[in-house]
Amino acid sequence: MQIGLTHYLSVAAILFTLGVLGIILNRKNIIIILMSVELILLSVNINLVTFSTFLGDLTGQVFSLFILTVAAAEAAIGLAILVTYYRNRGSIAVEDINMMKG
Amino acid sequence: MNVATVFFYLFSAVMIASAFMVIAARNPVHSVLFLILAFVNASGLFLLMGAEFLAMILVVVYVGAVAVLFLFVVMMLDVDFAELKQGFLQYLPIGSVIGIVVAIELLLVMVGFTQSDAALGAGAAPVQANMSNTEALGLVLYTKYVYLFQASGLVLLTAMIGAIVLTLRHKPDVKRQVIAEQNARTRADAIEIKKAPSRAGV
Repeated sequence: MQIGLTHYLSVAAILFTLGVLGIILNRKNIIIILMSVELILLSVNINLVTFSTFLGDLTGQVFSLFILTVAAAEAAIGLAILVTYYRNRGSIAVEDINMMKG
Repeated sequence: MNVATVFFYLFSAVMIASAFMVIAARNPVHSVLFLILAFVNASGLFLLMGAEFLAMILVVVYVGAVAVLFLFVVMMLDVDFAELKQGFLQYLPIGSVIGIVVAIELLLVMVGFTQSDAALGAGAAPVQANMSNTEALGLVLYTKYVYLFQASGLVLLTAMIGAIVLTLRHKPDVKRQVIAEQNARTRADAIEIKKAPSRAGV
Protein backbone atom coordinates (compact mmCIF):
# COMPACT_ATOMS: atom_id res chain seq x y z
CA MET A 1 0.00 0.00 0.00
CA GLN A 2 1.37 3.37 -1.03
CA ILE A 3 1.90 5.88 1.77
CA GLY A 4 -0.05 8.95 0.76
CA LEU A 5 -1.15 12.34 1.96
CA THR A 6 -3.74 10.93 4.32
CA HIS A 7 -1.24 8.80 6.23
CA TYR A 8 0.98 11.72 7.07
CA LEU A 9 -1.99 13.93 7.89
CA SER A 10 -3.32 11.29 10.27
CA VAL A 11 0.01 11.11 12.08
CA ALA A 12 0.06 14.90 12.38
CA ALA A 13 -3.53 14.91 13.64
CA ILE A 14 -2.75 12.32 16.32
CA LEU A 15 0.30 14.34 17.37
CA PHE A 16 -1.77 17.54 17.54
CA THR A 17 -4.38 15.80 19.67
CA LEU A 18 -1.71 14.49 22.02
CA GLY A 19 -0.34 18.01 22.37
CA VAL A 20 -3.75 19.44 23.24
CA LEU A 21 -4.32 16.59 25.66
CA GLY A 22 -0.98 17.31 27.29
CA ILE A 23 -1.95 20.92 27.92
CA ILE A 24 -5.24 19.89 29.49
CA LEU A 25 -3.94 17.00 31.59
CA ASN A 26 -0.78 18.65 32.96
CA ARG A 27 -2.41 21.82 34.09
CA LYS A 28 -0.07 22.34 37.00
CA ASN A 29 3.26 21.80 35.31
CA ILE A 30 4.18 24.65 33.00
CA ILE A 31 7.26 22.89 31.61
CA ILE A 32 5.13 20.03 30.29
CA ILE A 33 2.71 22.61 28.87
CA LEU A 34 5.57 24.25 26.95
CA MET A 35 6.64 20.84 25.67
CA SER A 36 3.08 20.16 24.54
CA VAL A 37 3.13 23.42 22.62
CA GLU A 38 6.31 22.22 20.93
CA LEU A 39 4.52 18.99 19.99
CA ILE A 40 1.63 20.96 18.50
CA LEU A 41 4.04 23.08 16.45
CA LEU A 42 5.78 19.92 15.28
CA SER A 43 2.49 18.51 14.05
CA VAL A 44 1.81 21.74 12.18
CA ASN A 45 5.24 21.43 10.59
CA ILE A 46 4.50 17.87 9.51
CA ASN A 47 1.26 19.06 7.93
CA LEU A 48 3.03 21.82 6.00
CA VAL A 49 5.81 19.57 4.76
CA THR A 50 3.30 16.89 3.77
CA PHE A 51 1.29 19.28 1.64
CA SER A 52 4.49 20.75 0.25
CA THR A 53 5.65 17.31 -0.87
CA PHE A 54 2.40 15.99 -2.24
CA LEU A 55 1.45 19.20 -4.05
CA GLY A 56 4.93 19.76 -5.47
CA ASP A 57 5.24 23.23 -3.98
CA LEU A 58 8.19 24.38 -1.90
CA THR A 59 6.33 27.16 -0.10
CA GLY A 60 5.19 24.77 2.61
CA GLN A 61 8.75 23.94 3.51
CA VAL A 62 9.69 27.62 3.61
CA PHE A 63 6.88 28.34 6.02
CA SER A 64 7.80 25.29 8.05
CA LEU A 65 11.23 26.86 8.44
CA PHE A 66 9.64 30.06 9.73
CA ILE A 67 7.52 28.11 12.19
CA LEU A 68 10.69 26.41 13.41
CA THR A 69 12.22 29.83 14.01
CA VAL A 70 9.24 31.12 15.92
CA ALA A 71 9.06 27.92 17.97
CA ALA A 72 12.70 28.26 18.97
CA ALA A 73 12.19 31.91 19.93
CA GLU A 74 9.07 31.02 21.91
CA ALA A 75 10.85 28.27 23.82
CA ALA A 76 13.74 30.58 24.68
CA ILE A 77 11.51 33.41 25.90
CA GLY A 78 9.17 31.06 27.76
CA LEU A 79 11.96 29.34 29.60
CA ALA A 80 13.60 32.67 30.43
CA ILE A 81 10.34 33.92 31.93
CA LEU A 82 10.08 30.64 33.82
CA VAL A 83 13.58 30.99 35.29
CA THR A 84 12.91 34.61 36.32
CA TYR A 85 9.60 33.64 37.88
CA TYR A 86 11.17 30.80 39.80
CA ARG A 87 13.83 33.17 41.15
CA ASN A 88 11.22 35.61 42.37
CA ARG A 89 8.61 33.24 43.76
CA GLY A 90 10.34 29.91 44.30
CA SER A 91 7.57 28.02 42.58
CA ILE A 92 6.43 27.38 39.05
CA ALA A 93 3.02 25.88 39.78
CA VAL A 94 0.54 27.31 37.30
CA GLU A 95 -2.03 28.16 39.96
CA ASP A 96 0.49 30.37 41.75
CA ILE A 97 0.98 32.48 38.65
CA ASN A 98 -1.84 34.90 39.30
CA MET A 99 -0.06 38.05 40.37
CA MET A 100 -1.39 40.00 37.42
CA LYS A 101 -4.95 38.97 38.05
CA GLY A 102 -7.01 42.08 38.74
CA MET B 1 5.21 -3.60 1.53
CA ASN B 2 8.32 -1.71 0.51
CA VAL B 3 11.03 -0.21 2.68
CA ALA B 4 9.56 3.30 2.71
CA THR B 5 6.25 1.98 4.04
CA VAL B 6 7.97 0.04 6.79
CA PHE B 7 9.97 3.09 7.81
CA PHE B 8 6.90 5.31 7.72
CA TYR B 9 5.09 3.06 10.17
CA LEU B 10 8.20 2.68 12.31
CA PHE B 11 8.83 6.42 12.55
CA SER B 12 5.21 7.35 13.14
CA ALA B 13 4.66 4.65 15.75
CA VAL B 14 7.75 5.61 17.73
CA MET B 15 6.95 9.31 17.37
CA ILE B 16 3.39 8.96 18.62
CA ALA B 17 4.41 6.66 21.46
CA SER B 18 7.10 9.07 22.61
CA ALA B 19 4.72 12.03 22.27
CA PHE B 20 2.35 10.14 24.55
CA MET B 21 5.17 9.54 27.00
CA VAL B 22 6.02 13.27 26.95
CA ILE B 23 2.68 14.08 28.50
CA ALA B 24 2.44 10.94 30.65
CA ALA B 25 5.92 10.59 32.12
CA ARG B 26 6.30 11.21 35.83
CA ASN B 27 9.72 12.75 35.66
CA PRO B 28 10.03 15.86 33.45
CA VAL B 29 13.59 14.89 32.52
CA HIS B 30 12.13 11.75 30.95
CA SER B 31 9.57 13.97 29.24
CA VAL B 32 12.33 16.03 27.64
CA LEU B 33 14.17 12.91 26.52
CA PHE B 34 10.99 11.53 24.96
CA LEU B 35 10.48 14.91 23.28
CA ILE B 36 13.92 14.53 21.71
CA LEU B 37 12.98 11.03 20.51
CA ALA B 38 9.78 12.42 18.99
CA PHE B 39 11.73 15.11 17.14
CA VAL B 40 14.28 12.64 15.80
CA ASN B 41 11.50 10.44 14.46
CA ALA B 42 9.73 13.45 12.96
CA SER B 43 12.94 14.28 11.13
CA GLY B 44 12.91 10.71 9.83
CA LEU B 45 9.41 11.34 8.50
CA PHE B 46 10.65 14.52 6.83
CA LEU B 47 13.43 12.53 5.19
CA LEU B 48 10.88 10.05 3.87
CA MET B 49 8.92 12.92 2.37
CA GLY B 50 12.03 14.28 0.66
CA ALA B 51 12.47 17.40 2.79
CA GLU B 52 16.07 16.65 3.70
CA PHE B 53 17.06 20.18 4.67
CA LEU B 54 14.18 20.56 7.12
CA ALA B 55 14.94 17.14 8.58
CA MET B 56 18.49 18.14 9.37
CA ILE B 57 17.38 21.57 10.65
CA LEU B 58 14.89 19.85 12.92
CA VAL B 59 17.66 17.75 14.44
CA VAL B 60 20.01 20.72 14.80
CA VAL B 61 17.54 23.28 16.09
CA TYR B 62 15.23 21.17 18.16
CA VAL B 63 17.40 18.36 19.46
CA GLY B 64 20.51 20.49 19.64
CA ALA B 65 19.08 23.71 21.02
CA VAL B 66 15.50 23.71 22.21
CA ALA B 67 15.44 20.31 23.89
CA VAL B 68 18.78 20.93 25.58
CA LEU B 69 17.40 24.28 26.80
CA PHE B 70 14.43 22.45 28.27
CA LEU B 71 16.76 19.93 29.86
CA PHE B 72 18.84 22.70 31.44
CA VAL B 73 15.79 24.45 32.86
CA VAL B 74 14.25 21.24 34.19
CA MET B 75 17.47 20.29 35.92
CA MET B 76 18.23 23.80 37.14
CA LEU B 77 14.90 24.47 38.83
CA ASP B 78 14.61 22.59 42.07
CA VAL B 79 10.91 21.86 41.90
CA ASP B 80 8.91 19.07 43.47
CA PHE B 81 7.52 17.65 40.29
CA ALA B 82 5.59 14.88 42.01
CA GLU B 83 3.37 17.51 43.57
CA LEU B 84 2.85 19.16 40.19
CA LYS B 85 1.78 15.82 38.79
CA GLN B 86 -1.20 15.60 41.12
CA GLY B 87 -4.57 16.23 39.56
CA PHE B 88 -3.52 14.45 36.39
CA LEU B 89 -6.44 12.02 36.64
CA GLN B 90 -8.81 14.75 37.74
CA TYR B 91 -8.68 16.34 34.29
CA LEU B 92 -8.71 13.01 32.45
CA PRO B 93 -12.48 12.92 31.65
CA ILE B 94 -12.70 16.45 30.26
CA GLY B 95 -9.32 16.03 28.61
CA SER B 96 -10.32 12.86 26.81
CA VAL B 97 -13.59 14.43 25.70
CA ILE B 98 -11.76 17.41 24.22
CA GLY B 99 -9.12 15.13 22.73
CA ILE B 100 -11.70 12.93 21.04
CA VAL B 101 -13.57 15.96 19.68
CA VAL B 102 -10.36 17.47 18.25
CA ALA B 103 -9.31 14.14 16.75
CA ILE B 104 -12.73 13.60 15.14
CA GLU B 105 -12.68 17.11 13.70
CA LEU B 106 -9.25 16.62 12.19
CA LEU B 107 -10.15 13.19 10.82
CA LEU B 108 -13.35 14.59 9.27
CA VAL B 109 -11.32 17.24 7.50
CA MET B 110 -8.88 14.62 6.26
CA VAL B 111 -11.51 12.22 4.98
CA GLY B 112 -13.65 14.95 3.47
CA PHE B 113 -11.09 16.67 1.29
CA THR B 114 -10.17 15.74 -2.26
CA GLN B 115 -7.23 16.97 -4.24
CA SER B 116 -7.86 18.69 -7.53
CA ASP B 117 -5.48 17.81 -10.34
CA ALA B 118 -5.15 21.48 -11.19
CA ALA B 119 -3.63 22.12 -7.77
CA LEU B 120 -0.59 20.01 -8.61
CA GLY B 121 2.22 22.26 -9.74
CA ALA B 122 0.07 25.39 -9.50
CA GLY B 123 1.75 26.49 -6.28
CA ALA B 124 3.79 29.61 -5.69
CA ALA B 125 7.14 27.80 -5.91
CA PRO B 126 6.92 24.55 -7.86
CA VAL B 127 9.56 21.92 -7.20
CA GLN B 128 12.16 21.60 -9.93
CA ALA B 129 13.10 18.03 -10.64
CA ASN B 130 16.79 18.61 -11.36
CA MET B 131 17.69 20.26 -8.06
CA SER B 132 18.40 18.95 -4.60
CA ASN B 133 15.98 19.93 -1.88
CA THR B 134 18.43 22.25 -0.14
CA GLU B 135 19.32 24.05 -3.36
CA ALA B 136 15.69 24.53 -4.37
CA LEU B 137 14.76 25.72 -0.89
CA GLY B 138 17.59 28.22 -0.83
CA LEU B 139 16.65 29.50 -4.25
CA VAL B 140 13.12 30.23 -3.05
CA LEU B 141 14.04 31.43 0.43
CA TYR B 142 16.63 33.98 -0.62
CA THR B 143 14.65 35.47 -3.48
CA LYS B 144 10.94 35.29 -3.02
CA TYR B 145 10.76 35.15 0.77
CA VAL B 146 13.84 37.20 1.59
CA TYR B 147 11.94 39.77 3.64
CA LEU B 148 10.23 37.08 5.65
CA PHE B 149 13.61 35.45 6.12
CA GLN B 150 15.03 38.71 7.47
CA ALA B 151 12.00 39.12 9.70
CA SER B 152 12.53 35.66 11.15
CA GLY B 153 16.10 36.64 11.88
CA LEU B 154 14.76 39.68 13.73
CA VAL B 155 12.43 37.41 15.70
CA LEU B 156 15.41 35.34 16.80
CA LEU B 157 17.37 38.48 17.71
CA THR B 158 14.46 39.76 19.78
CA ALA B 159 14.17 36.41 21.50
CA MET B 160 17.88 36.39 22.27
CA ILE B 161 17.88 39.92 23.69
CA GLY B 162 14.69 39.22 25.60
CA ALA B 163 16.05 36.07 27.17
CA ILE B 164 19.26 37.83 28.20
CA VAL B 165 17.42 40.84 29.63
CA LEU B 166 15.06 38.60 31.56
CA THR B 167 17.65 36.38 33.13
CA LEU B 168 20.62 38.71 33.58
CA ARG B 169 20.96 39.72 37.20
CA HIS B 170 23.41 42.14 38.77
CA LYS B 171 24.16 41.33 42.36
CA PRO B 172 24.70 44.59 44.28
CA ASP B 173 27.49 43.42 46.60
CA VAL B 174 29.81 41.90 44.04
CA LYS B 175 32.89 43.81 42.87
CA ARG B 176 32.94 44.16 39.13
CA GLN B 177 35.47 45.36 36.63
CA VAL B 178 34.77 48.90 35.41
CA ILE B 179 36.97 49.41 32.41
CA ALA B 180 36.32 53.16 32.12
CA GLU B 181 37.48 53.69 35.67
CA GLN B 182 40.57 51.62 35.05
CA ASN B 183 41.45 53.60 31.97
CA ALA B 184 40.86 56.93 33.69
CA ARG B 185 43.43 56.22 36.42
CA THR B 186 46.50 58.38 36.23
CA ARG B 187 49.80 58.02 37.96
CA ALA B 188 48.92 60.89 40.23
CA ASP B 189 46.03 59.13 41.97
CA ALA B 190 47.52 55.66 41.84
CA ILE B 191 50.99 56.21 43.30
CA GLU B 192 52.05 58.35 46.19
CA ILE B 193 55.70 59.03 46.96
CA LYS B 194 56.55 59.41 50.62
CA LYS B 195 59.75 60.57 51.96
CA ALA B 196 60.89 58.12 54.55
CA PRO B 197 63.47 59.49 56.98
CA SER B 198 66.50 57.27 57.29
CA ARG B 199 66.83 55.14 60.45
CA ALA B 200 63.28 56.06 61.41
CA GLY B 201 61.04 54.36 58.89
CA VAL B 202 57.59 55.45 58.01
